[in-house]
Parts: sequence; structure tokens; C-alpha cells
Amino acid sequence: MATTTKRSIPLLKHLLRQTQTQTRPVTYMPRPGDGSPRTVTLIPGDGIGPLVTGAVEQVLDALHAPIIFEKFDVHGDMKTIPSEVLDSIKRNKVCLKGGLNTPMGGGVSSLNVQLRKELDLYASLVNCFNLPGLPTRHENVDIVVIRENTEGEYAGLEHEVVPGVVESLKVITKFCSERIAKYAFEYAYLNNRKTVTAVHKANIMKLADGLFLESCREIASKYPSIKYNEIIVDNCCMQLVSKPEQFDVMVTPNLYGNLVANTAAGIAGGTGVMPGGNVGADHAVFEQGASAGNVGKQKIVDRKTANPVALLLSSAMMLRHLQFPSFADRLENSVKRVILEGKYRTKDLGGTSTTQEVVDAVISNLD
Amino acid sequence: MALRIAKRLMRNRTTNEFIRNPTLGLYSSSDRTYCSSGLIPVTLFPGDGIGPEIAESVKQVFTAAEVPIEWEEHFVGTEVDPRTQSFVTWESLESVRRNKVGLKGPMATPIGKGHRSLNLTLRKELNLYANVRPCYSLPGYKTRYDDVNLVTIRENTEGEYSGLEHQVVRGVVESLKIITRQASLRVAEYAFYYAKAHGRDRVSAIHKANIMQKTDGLFLKCCREVAEKYPEIKYEEVVIDNCCMMLVKNPALFDVLVMPNLYGDIISDLCAGLIGGLGLTPSLNIGEGGIALAEAVHGSAPDIAGKNLANPTALLLSAVSMLHHLNLNEKGDKIQEAVLKTIAEGKYRTGDLGGSSTTTEFTKAIIDHL
Repeated sequence: MATTTKRSIPLLKHLLRQTQTQTRPVTYMPRPGDGSPRTVTLIPGDGIGPLVTGAVEQVLDALHAPIIFEKFDVHGDMKTIPSEVLDSIKRNKVCLKGGLNTPMGGGVSSLNVQLRKELDLYASLVNCFNLPGLPTRHENVDIVVIRENTEGEYAGLEHEVVPGVVESLKVITKFCSERIAKYAFEYAYLNNRKTVTAVHKANIMKLADGLFLESCREIASKYPSIKYNEIIVDNCCMQLVSKPEQFDVMVTPNLYGNLVANTAAGIAGGTGVMPGGNVGADHAVFEQGASAGNVGKQKIVDRKTANPVALLLSSAMMLRHLQFPSFADRLENSVKRVILEGKYRTKDLGGTSTTQEVVDAVISNLD
Repeated sequence: MALRIAKRLMRNRTTNEFIRNPTLGLYSSSDRTYCSSGLIPVTLFPGDGIGPEIAESVKQVFTAAEVPIEWEEHFVGTEVDPRTQSFVTWESLESVRRNKVGLKGPMATPIGKGHRSLNLTLRKELNLYANVRPCYSLPGYKTRYDDVNLVTIRENTEGEYSGLEHQVVRGVVESLKIITRQASLRVAEYAFYYAKAHGRDRVSAIHKANIMQKTDGLFLKCCREVAEKYPEIKYEEVVIDNCCMMLVKNPALFDVLVMPNLYGDIISDLCAGLIGGLGLTPSLNIGEGGIALAEAVHGSAPDIAGKNLANPTALLLSAVSMLHHLNLNEKGDKIQEAVLKTIAEGKYRTGDLGGSSTTTEFTKAIIDHL
């Protein structure tokens, strides 16, 4: 009895693999010269950043993907992003980065936000979905949160009026609201999504969020096949924890987007697994989906148990962005298989593996 | 389940000696006017829609439990009172100021101009600066989260909801977020007092000070100052991204949360969603001078008004938190236990909890459990 089960396990594995890649992938016809290596800027970052970007480098190496990384050392406590890094990104157009830690209340503005503003990466995208094999409290989650990245509450315009009274300005402009709404509807159209929901608090902030909603409504009228609705942010969070399956694509201003993205990532499995990126008209920066400023605790860095899944899935998004779709598919399938098997999981997913073990499992599962 | 209720009761019982401390008479209403009959006068606003039915339910339960309270009912008027610029009359406000305690049902703000929203009127006139929402999983009502036991304390007067917006040029709007030392200190003081009075051992301040350095930085500074005065209570600071994620993954990690206005709004509604929605969440507003206004935060549900189908749980639990504020702890615990037991049993449940009982049946079941 024991020997038959022993023999049947690898057979089951083989069958599982077969059924997952049964359909022949649709062939993509490249232009001549598309296979030449592309240079991508790589910023390892702070905390767990170097660990997880190292993981991505290893996996892309094993895939023989035509990517050359230009590494730059940037840390969260620097005053500004060094100009050589910005030049490199402007040259390469694509960047992959780990988190940059902002020291709390230290008078240093967040480098994550600075990078987004310098390169005008106005849309931040986080895709939150249930990974098969990862137990969560909510099923059927497949939410894409598109968040305005340059203005809103993160304009950074604060001042002390008199000692003890501080003001912070939240700026909303029609220009930025329009372009993020356009991006959201375009995304929904290109990816066959049915509904776009605008998240706001216009009952209290009538002018500011009212302007945002106006822009969204205008763009919605140009896409009649996509359903559009609006929801107030506190009701939205309540619905996210009770009935997340009703949401599809969500478009939000800056601060609410942060909260909604983190909540959605949490219900779908955690910020350690959700891919995401920031995109602008000319450049794209891929990073861990939600909570990019979270670089983990020192304990995780010391024990090397950071979760590389988020950055691996983000690099799959990057590969597609660079027009290497089959590499992206192989990477994603391998990661999904590792999660489904459940043997190699880091602590935040309930397992005990180290980053390196997960990476090795992903590499061995590549086909 | 019973263990959890017992634990909560033990916690509340051990803090009675502390509450008699005279320096904190700011919050305990021990220096109130008692009626000649020895009953405590409490203002009651039944509200609109299902308000009168659930207020009736609360009155019945309180009479059956022999709570020494005398209700002073006030109704929202149908015309604008010029002294308050809204439908709430001056007499109602004076009544709350005199009694220092109130209970409010759901009020629907009529759409129109020329008057302030009812909630805004109450908040501004009574200077209600802290909104306290204890969120705990109701045993017997299954949601995806079974181990929620936290309290959200939200600053209610300033922050992003100051309402100061203007259009700079066409297509560019600015909205001001204001944080003052005075308001932050006030709400932090109340949060730590509440934690101590109810036997909670941790207070977490929620912020986004890595981005909004001066505003949330000031809030955090005030919280730290107050934390030093309460060395036995653990204090931590959590960035709001992490807080949201941890709340949906493992809400048992949090105890008392103190936050500025906007984050508080979102997080307290998120926590309400974790335990089953606004129809089950109690809420208490604290004002200057020890004023406490308990309220039900759900809507007035005009579609089921008058049909005896409403769920009085939210208003009952809010009234219980009001009793705790008045130091009538054993009565409060008795009623809370009765409500929780009734819901846990599952025999009498109103429509929104998945049952088919009427309001009166539910109320009777609670009275039987007292």
C-alpha cells in the first residue's frame, strides 16, 4: 500500500503539471530584434529589499530572460534620489525596485513618493487576487486597485500656522483626476474587466472629491460598455471585509488608494504576495504591490525569511510590459505551482521556509 | 464564548476603585444632578425611521433590568430652529448639556439648504471630540472573523474633515487638513483613560507620519506625551497601511486604537464590517465636560420602519456603553450578557441576522435572559 502511494505521488504531480499547461499557449509573433537583451534599472532598497531583488535576479537568470540589470544603491535616508539613478531610469524606461524605508518624522521626504513625482508615474496598480492553494478567509477575490500617485494628500505641502497648529494641503486637480480615470477605464477595457468603481468621500470633502468624481463620470460616459459606480470610502472598506467579490477595478485618489490597496491585499493573502507597479506616460517602476514603504523588521532580514513572491509576480508584470510574454507566463506558472504545493512558504503565509528555499523551489518548477 | 464574557466582566469589575478618583471627574459623570426620585435623567432622541421602535425596545429592557434611569425624550423638530440653525431644538441641546448623558437613535438628515446636518449640529454644539466604538465579535453570529476584541477611538472635530476647501483656479481644488496640539492631546488623554478604566493593556496610535510628517507627527508627539503618564499601558505606533493589512489578516493583534479623524472614520467602519456591520456596532461620543452621547450608527432604514422588524442590538449595546460611562457597571454587564446570550442562542433573531423574529419577540427574549 505504501509503495503504491509512493509511486503515485510523482505521477499525480506530473498529471497536475499536464493539466495546468494543457492548452498550447497562443503564439506571439515578435518583431525581428525583439529578443536582444533589455537593460533594466534595479534598486535593491532597504531592509528586505536586497533579499527579494536578489531572488528575482536568480530566477530571471535561470529563465535565461534577456534582461540585464543595472544595479544602484539607494537608501531611504538619503536626501534625494541620486541623479545617476534617475538618468538610468530615463534611459532604460523600466525599473524594478525593492522598498525604500522612510525614517519617521525625520524631515526627509519619502523617496518612494519622490521617485514617483520625478518620473511622473501617475498610476499605481495593485492586483489583489486569491492564489490557489493559499487559504484565506475570503474567496473569489480579484480586485485591481488603481491609485492616483502624484497629488492628493501626498502633495507634501505642510506648514505650522502657529505653534501647536499644523496644516496640510490636499490638492486635487482636474488634469490628474482625468488622466487617472482614463488609465483606469483603458485598463478595464484592455483587460476585459466589467466594472470600474470610484472610491471617494465627497459627502464631506465636497469640492475636492467632487472634482475627482466629476472627472471619473466624464470618462465613464466614453466607455458605455463598462459599468461605473461610486462608493464612499468607509462603506467601501466595510464591504471589502464582508463581500469582496463585488469589486472589480477600483480607481481612487492617493490616500484612500493606499488604504484600499492594503486592505484588499490583506484579504487576498497579504502584501507579501500581491504584485504591483507604478506607470507613467514614459516610464514604469515595478515593486511590491501594496505597502511599498514597508521594508520588514530586522528579524526577517537576519533570518532571511522575506517573501519574494510579490516581487517575482511584479517582475512577471515587468516582463510582459517589456514584451516578453512567454517568459512571464513561465515565471508565473512556476510561482503559482510552488504556492499550490504549499511546501515552501515563508512565515507570513504560515510556513517556515527561507527566501532561498522558495527561490530554489521556483527555479526547479520552471519548465 | 462564556469564558470571553466572563473575562470581560472581570476586567470591568477590577476598575471600579480607579473610577472614584476625583481628578478624573472630567470623564466620570459622578458629579451629576440626580432627580429627586434618585433616578438619573438621560436625554433620549428616538430619531427617525426605525428609531422609535428600537428606542421603545431599549426602554423596555431597561425597565425590566431596573436600571435607575429616567428618560427625557426629545424629538427632532420639523422646522429649523433659528437658535441652532437646524432641526434640533435649543431645548434638546440644553437637556443634553444638563443631564450630561444622552442616547440617540438614527436620524435622517433631510436634504435641503438653510440648515446644518443634524449630526454636525450635535457634534459642534456639544463639542463631541472623541468617538469610541468597541468592536467585539458577537458569539453565535458567525462572520469570517471570530476573535475581534478591539476599541477604536477617533478624533472627531478636526483633521481632514474641517470642511475648509476652496477652488484655487478652475480645475484645481485645495482642501485643508488641520491638526492641533490641543485636540490631539484631548483625544489621546481620553484614549489612555479609557484603556485604563476598562482594563485594556495596549494603545496603538495609527498614523501616516512617514508621508505627512508635520501633521501626523504632531499627533504622534501628543500621544507619546500622554503615554508617558501611563507607564503601565503599552504604547505603539502603527502606520496605517500595516494597520489595515493586519486588521484584515489578524484582528486579534489590536487592542485600543487611537486615530485622527479620517483614518478613524475608515478604520472604525472597517472594524464594524469585521464583526457584522453597522447594525450591530455600539458607539459612544465623548464631549467636553464629561458629556457622553451614545448613538446607533446605522441608518434609519425607512423601508422597514413601523413594521416591527428592526434590530435593536446596536442601540442596546450603545446604551450599555453609556451605562459603563455612568459607572452602573453591573447593570450594564447584565444587559450586555442578556443580549449576547440571546444572539448566541439563535432562536430569536431579527431579519438582518438571518432570522425571522420581530423586534418585540427579540426584546422579550432579552428580558427573559436577564
